[in-house]
Amino acid sequence: MFGIRRSVGFVSDVALQLRQSLLLHGVRVQCINIGGGTGVNIPDNKRLEVALQHIHGVGHFRAHRILVELNIENKLAKDLTGLELYSLREEVSKYMLGNDLKRCVQRDIERLTSIQCYRGYRHIAGLPCRGQRTSTNARTRKGKPIPIAGKKKAVR
Amino acid sequence: MPRSLKKNPFVANPLLRKINKLNTKAEKEIIVTWSRASTIIPTMIGHTIAIHNGKEHLPIYITDRMVGHKLGEFSPTLNFRGHAKNDNRSRR
Repeated sequence: MFGIRRSVGFVSDVALQLRQSLLLHGVRVQCINIGGGTGVNIPDNKRLEVALQHIHGVGHFRAHRILVELNIENKLAKDLTGLELYSLREEVSKYMLGNDLKRCVQRDIERLTSIQCYRGYRHIAGLPCRGQRTSTNARTRKGKPIPIAGKKKAVR
Repeated sequence: MPRSLKKNPFVANPLLRKINKLNTKAEKEIIVTWSRASTIIPTMIGHTIAIHNGKEHLPIYITDRMVGHKLGEFSPTLNFRGHAKNDNRSRR
C-alpha cells in the first residue's frame, strides 16, 4: 500500500481515460470524474482537500473526513494513483452529492409546495420559513433591498 | 427539541374522538376544530377538517402526504395581499 502511494506522478490509464477537459472562466481546467453521477468532478491542479470542496455537498469538514478515512496524503489531484482514485470513488459514492443532492433538495421543496403547508407557501413567497423576523433583515431570502418610491429620507 | 416517541403524536382528544366515530360509521362529514396544534395521523386521511385560522374555519382535505405535519400549517393566519400601490392621491 505504501509503495503504491510513493509512486507520485504516475497516473494510470484508467485515470487518463476519465479525465475531461472543461472550460472554466476562460482557463482550461482538467477535471477528474469521481462518482458515477454528473456534477461530481474535481479540478486537477489543486490539492485534494480543496479540490474535493468543488463538489456540491462537500465542505471543508467532509473533505477532511474523506482524506482521513482513506489515509491519503493531501497531494495534488493529478498525482493520484489509480488505486487511490478507485478508493476515493468508492468513498465519495457513500454520500449523496452533486446533481443528485440538488435534485433531492428540489424534491423536498416541491413536496412542501404541493401540499400547501406553511413552509410551502413561504418558499413560494421567497421568505424565511423557520420563523425568523422579516420586518428587518431576512436579506438572504428576500434579495437586495428595493427602494420604496416617494419615501422621505431621515433628517439628522 | 422533538416530542418523545413514547408519548405518540399529539392529537387533541375531542378531535380524535370525532375521527374515530366517523371511521366506524364510514361516512364523511366536515369536522370543525380549533386545535391547530394537533398532528395529522394516518387515520385522518380522506377526511375534510375545517381548521380555525383565528377568524373562520378553512376546510382542508387531508391527503396521505400531509401526515406528520400539524393542522395549523394548512390554515394561514395572516393574509398579506401586498403593499398599497401609490397612495399619494388619497393623502391630498
